[in-house]
Amino acid sequence: MALIVDHNKALSSSPLKISAPLGAALAFMGMKGCLPMFHGSQGCTAFALVMMVRHFREAIPLQTTAMNEISTILGGMEQVEQGLLNIAKRAKPEIIGLISTALTETRGEDMSGDVKTIRARNKELNDIAVIDVSAPDFAGSLETGWGKAVSAIIRRLAEPAEGHAKLNRVNLLPGCHLTPGDIEALKDIITDFGLEVAVLPDLSDSLDGHVPESYMPTTLGGTSVGAVREMGRAKLTIAIGEHMRISAQTLEAKTGVPFVVLDRVTGLEAVDRLMVCLSTVAGVPVPARQRRARSQLVDAMLDGHFYFGGRSVAIAGEPALVWTLGKLAADMGATIGAAVTTQAQAQLSELPAERVIVGDFEDLEDQILEAGGCDLILANSNGRQVATRHGIPLFRVGFPVFDRLGAAHQVSAGYRGTRDLITQLGNILMERPGHGHGHGHVHSEQTHGHSAATAG
Amino acid sequence: MLKHKIQELMNEPGCATNQAKSDKDRKKGCGKSLVPGAAAGGCAFDGAKIALQPITDVVHLVHGPIACEGNSWDGRNSWSTGSDLYRRGFTTDMGNLDIVNGGEKKLYRAIKQAVAKHNPPAVFVYQTCVGALIGDDVDAVCKAATERLGVPVIPVNAPGFVGSKNLGNRLAGEALFEHVIGTVEPDDVGPTDINILGEYNVAGELDQFRPLLARLGIRLRASITGDGRYKEVAACHTARANMVLCSQALITLARKMKEKWDIPYYEGSFYGISDTSEALRNIARMLVERGADPTLTQRTEDLIAEEEAKAWAALEQYKPRLKGKKVLLYTGGVKSWSVIQALQEVGMEVVGSSVRKATEADKKKALERLGGDEEKLADAITPRDMYAMFKDGKADMMLSGGRSQFVALKARTPWIDINQERHHGFAAYEGMVTLIREIDLSINNPIWAQVRAPAPWDQE
Repeated sequence: MALIVDHNKALSSSPLKISAPLGAALAFMGMKGCLPMFHGSQGCTAFALVMMVRHFREAIPLQTTAMNEISTILGGMEQVEQGLLNIAKRAKPEIIGLISTALTETRGEDMSGDVKTIRARNKELNDIAVIDVSAPDFAGSLETGWGKAVSAIIRRLAEPAEGHAKLNRVNLLPGCHLTPGDIEALKDIITDFGLEVAVLPDLSDSLDGHVPESYMPTTLGGTSVGAVREMGRAKLTIAIGEHMRISAQTLEAKTGVPFVVLDRVTGLEAVDRLMVCLSTVAGVPVPARQRRARSQLVDAMLDGHFYFGGRSVAIAGEPALVWTLGKLAADMGATIGAAVTTQAQAQLSELPAERVIVGDFEDLEDQILEAGGCDLILANSNGRQVATRHGIPLFRVGFPVFDRLGAAHQVSAGYRGTRDLITQLGNILMERPGHGHGHGHVHSEQTHGHSAATAG
Repeated sequence: MLKHKIQELMNEPGCATNQAKSDKDRKKGCGKSLVPGAAAGGCAFDGAKIALQPITDVVHLVHGPIACEGNSWDGRNSWSTGSDLYRRGFTTDMGNLDIVNGGEKKLYRAIKQAVAKHNPPAVFVYQTCVGALIGDDVDAVCKAATERLGVPVIPVNAPGFVGSKNLGNRLAGEALFEHVIGTVEPDDVGPTDINILGEYNVAGELDQFRPLLARLGIRLRASITGDGRYKEVAACHTARANMVLCSQALITLARKMKEKWDIPYYEGSFYGISDTSEALRNIARMLVERGADPTLTQRTEDLIAEEEAKAWAALEQYKPRLKGKKVLLYTGGVKSWSVIQALQEVGMEVVGSSVRKATEADKKKALERLGGDEEKLADAITPRDMYAMFKDGKADMMLSGGRSQFVALKARTPWIDINQERHHGFAAYEGMVTLIREIDLSINNPIWAQVRAPAPWDQE
């Protein structure tokens, strides 16, 4: 059991948290023919855009209402209207995500009301789904914005099956900690059971790094508006990650489709639960391919546990990621020496760690020093400064990963994904000397002195 | 206050674009209105941060919600030869309650904690949209913190909504002029001290020309701001001359330094071979005019002759590999013309150069080097048209910033980053040779034949 600690610091140093609007934009990246727009200063868009470009190494369609001093004082409806019309004219999208920011929320814009007025007087917007999402930067983090966007899309587009026959289909609501590669792997697993799958949002169809045959000003693929409308025809909704619970509930309320929330899809027991769930829905036994993959994972655990036992890992990320990786590390016999996340999420108290800190990379560093070092850091690329300062290997996970290739194709979902993750982590630990007994551990005094010298 | 400052910046007499305008246009100011749904680029806060962040030894503290710093910190490729404090992101991470109750006290506590932990020579505090909107008085907090903590705490008042990135660059210059420059009196003033303004040491470019200056006995008093140290910037009013690179960003600062401390300035560039020579010549001239050893002139000419010869010789080997290749330059500003000459020298054809962010003077120079062919001067090219240029074979490669890279790459066309995220320094003689080498490596990479060929089942 872990104590969740939020120091509520005045000074955040080397932030871990990514803003909620960015999470919402990321969700819209998994919608087909989409061009989202931030309602804020153009910098809000520029920062989010650059971060996604660096992570995915793909063009990112994201626009801005370009709020200025005057519209900030007088109200931004005109900016929203111009923005929507400009996007409609230039990019001809099927769907526009309109996402608020701290600026427009602070001044209390009524974005929903404005959109209604704007739609009523501009018929060129008739064929475009405009989904407004309230996701101010000052509340929550990446997960929050992602969840809010998915819920907003469902509220606006999903319809009950009424009159249409149910299909042999499940809905999949992946959390934002899953990569395009993870989603692709989950789709494969689900279809292996003879089921169809509707994924919302589907980054594996848009940001999987492929080369289209012509220029596209919108997203390159993803979930179509029509597919969301049909989600009521599925037998079951599977949501992955606690932050997708509200979206799953919203979908149930809208369509009557029952849901399960899987806390994670990495780790033997966790994937077993997914398999049982799919087997029950499909009414077929677990396919031979999956059974073989399970056996391979069991073998990987047998071969790999030597290198995890007694080792200490430090984890920083969004709650769902910290939960997934923390459980896997613990499953394999490692201890969680430090855990830092972006918001107090109740489930994290069940992690086998002393504390989970709501904080930043400075907190991660302090935790590592307090624990007398650690063997491996699991965090996004912004963990590199801490890792370098203390000579601890950094395995890059989460968002953003901008200094490695293939962030989109990292797979940790399913038996195979877990097997491969254990292999990668085990290989790093194998190479690290000391095996948890002194060598390679930082001496906190010395390290403090060192960091002061480089900072001075 | 801020409004007056912005108006003043918009009416910069030292700016060539502004000089060329009619009285009526000048009155309108230079702020292009940003079009919702069709805008690109950063905000004023972004611009201010970019311009000041390369000062390596201070705390850069952003007073705003998480997006402003959380989504952007440590994202620029400005190098340091000293402290790495500037690479840590500091923010007050304003939440709901801070917005309801006001964020001034939190900001003060944040400054205090940063000073206690890192003992920096100064703290720069950046105002953002939300802080400005709820009326947090950053100037007052900084003043109080300076007095109580005994460390200069510099307000940088450039909330995002006041305008573009470029305006933010200029507001950063204002902050330096008002609060930093002239606050330290050095005891080692020399006759050949200069400052470089508007250089951010991206990929270590400073060290592609700092050694050249050193060979001439010229000392870089302060780099503003690449690889900068706070005390050097604070003492830079004692320099004998200012060299302004990227003139659109810090020209106002250069003019004000001339007015207040009588420091002459020269606007030039260290991109391109003959432009580097021209810059060195002008620095030497200004210093000699202000009493430096007159032999500097000849020594400079000798160095130029030697370095130019070396650079042109180094480019020789690339001629047969690059001859006739068509390149699209999509950058703007100084680079819209400064690299053309080297590209042409190795036999490449510049099929277009974007002058969307360039001054009138920049445009004139670009046109001159393109043989007066106006058609080659492009304003903004839409991604769709750009994609078509590559698909139709009108350009064999592109040099641009990261924003447009995927237009080229998805069209299976070689591309090199020559803007801020570049990984190689392209400054001065050595940098231009590096650029040509990078072009060769890119355009002659064996992948192109394979990635362009259709899959066997798609072949006719």
